[in-house]
Amino acid sequence: MTDTLVAEKAATAGGVIHLGDVTKVFGKEGVAGSYRAVDHLNLDVASGQMLALLGKTGCGKSTIFNMIAGLTEPTAGTVRVNGKNPFAEFDAFRGKIAIVFQGDRLLPWRTAIQNVQLGLEMLDRPPPDRKDTARKWLIKLGLGGHEDDYPHQLSGGMRQRVSIARAFATNADLLLCDEPFSALDESTAGKLRGEFVRLVKENGKTAVFITHSISEALEIGDRIVVLKRPAMIAYDVSFDKDTPLEERMMIRERIGEVLAA
Amino acid sequence: MTDMAQPIASPPSASSVMLAMANKVWMSAFPFVVVIALWQFASLFFPRFLFPSLVDVFWRCIDIFTTGSMFWDVMATVLRILAGLAGAFVIGGILGLIMVRSKAADKFLSPILTLFQGIPALSWVVFAIIWFHGIEFRIFFIMVMTTLPAFTFQVIGALRGMSKDLTEMVFSFRPTRLKLFRVMIAPAILPDILTAWKVNLGNAARVVVVAELVGATGGVGYQLLQQQQLFDMAGALAWTLQLVFFVLIVQGVLTLIENTAFRYRAVSERAI
Repeated sequence: MTDTLVAEKAATAGGVIHLGDVTKVFGKEGVAGSYRAVDHLNLDVASGQMLALLGKTGCGKSTIFNMIAGLTEPTAGTVRVNGKNPFAEFDAFRGKIAIVFQGDRLLPWRTAIQNVQLGLEMLDRPPPDRKDTARKWLIKLGLGGHEDDYPHQLSGGMRQRVSIARAFATNADLLLCDEPFSALDESTAGKLRGEFVRLVKENGKTAVFITHSISEALEIGDRIVVLKRPAMIAYDVSFDKDTPLEERMMIRERIGEVLAA
Repeated sequence: MTDMAQPIASPPSASSVMLAMANKVWMSAFPFVVVIALWQFASLFFPRFLFPSLVDVFWRCIDIFTTGSMFWDVMATVLRILAGLAGAFVIGGILGLIMVRSKAADKFLSPILTLFQGIPALSWVVFAIIWFHGIEFRIFFIMVMTTLPAFTFQVIGALRGMSKDLTEMVFSFRPTRLKLFRVMIAPAILPDILTAWKVNLGNAARVVVVAELVGATGGVGYQLLQQQQLFDMAGALAWTLQLVFFVLIVQGVLTLIENTAFRYRAVSERAI
């Protein structure tokens, strides 16, 4: 079921991200142990949109995420990012896609500033330039003075800030976030969410944000897509910051109903 | 419940630091002191060719260090060990990479390497004498064949043990192969590589002596053979100690590299 409750649907063919009739089966279909994670999914994400992909554990969110990131190949259908196939043309997306993972995934042998520089190294940016950029992002995320700390010397929240800085430092147009705040306490997560939304909007990025929290989806997204197993769109709604509270409450209720169904 | 101010521990005094260091040195030296004392005690009651005085052994060691031709024998053995280990490491590293990347290569090479592992070092010495003429190549071949399986399996273990999450994260930045190796693979497998070197160093030191004993005209192994023919226990001990010193020095260098390269590691206050 697809609703358009508030704003017009942002799903426009030929957007930054296009998934056309995408199916992903792990293992050989029909054989015991095979698993259909995504089933004939159609999804388009427009430029500048913040899409929250919402669904219960095992509904295929991460598979969609990995296909957009070019880390997994679809079994059938078309995945396009800026008109290109992210899996087949993997290297063409160097510096164009940045990912914030569920865990911080910092390289333990690198200091905070060296971790932030990682993506810039892949882009062959000169060392002084990448150091300046990395320092700028660390300061922006409140980590000034911690540049030379190793990950084990930082708290969970600080490490996740470093990973956000690492994603923003490459200035990629598309940000993919896989439940980046789920391992943090609510107060830290709330603060980081606010910073994250501000940075995405300030820098004019397109973002796909995976979450299983309705509140997080409502706080972050300006479009929410609710997925039901196996990754079929059960509800698709767009809204903006001017959307009245009553309508937001209606959206929340509707999402709750869809997830419970 | 109110927060109580925690008493701040005062920094340890210079004398207590010195005392702790002296205690540490003494604890490390104590087992050696016991062995030396027992040997020296035995030398008082047994003939010289069985238990020579360690004073004699000490002067023989100095003699080896200061006499050019004898020191060259030590260096020849050291170079043979290092060349053999380097050769086995390079070949083992390449084989390990191939076996991790290709299941077919893994299935084909794994049994062969396991078979090699079961062949005694002395058999490789005999094969090398039969197959090859050049002394140096013989020894290099023996060193490589005896340490290659261990290096290969250790590289494979290190590569397979790399964190999937971290590798995927690095991949998300679309690195070139060279950059992937530099930023991810090399630092991730370095701890296992250093351990492999430490383990294989001991093995190599033992194997090189056997190889030199039967197939060389110089080196520590050859000199040990001379001491055996002369029934000179002090000389045999002095030459053996040269190899022990070398192993200790290289182990020290490897530990230094470990301490520098792995300073990023968190250390738990509770010991294992």
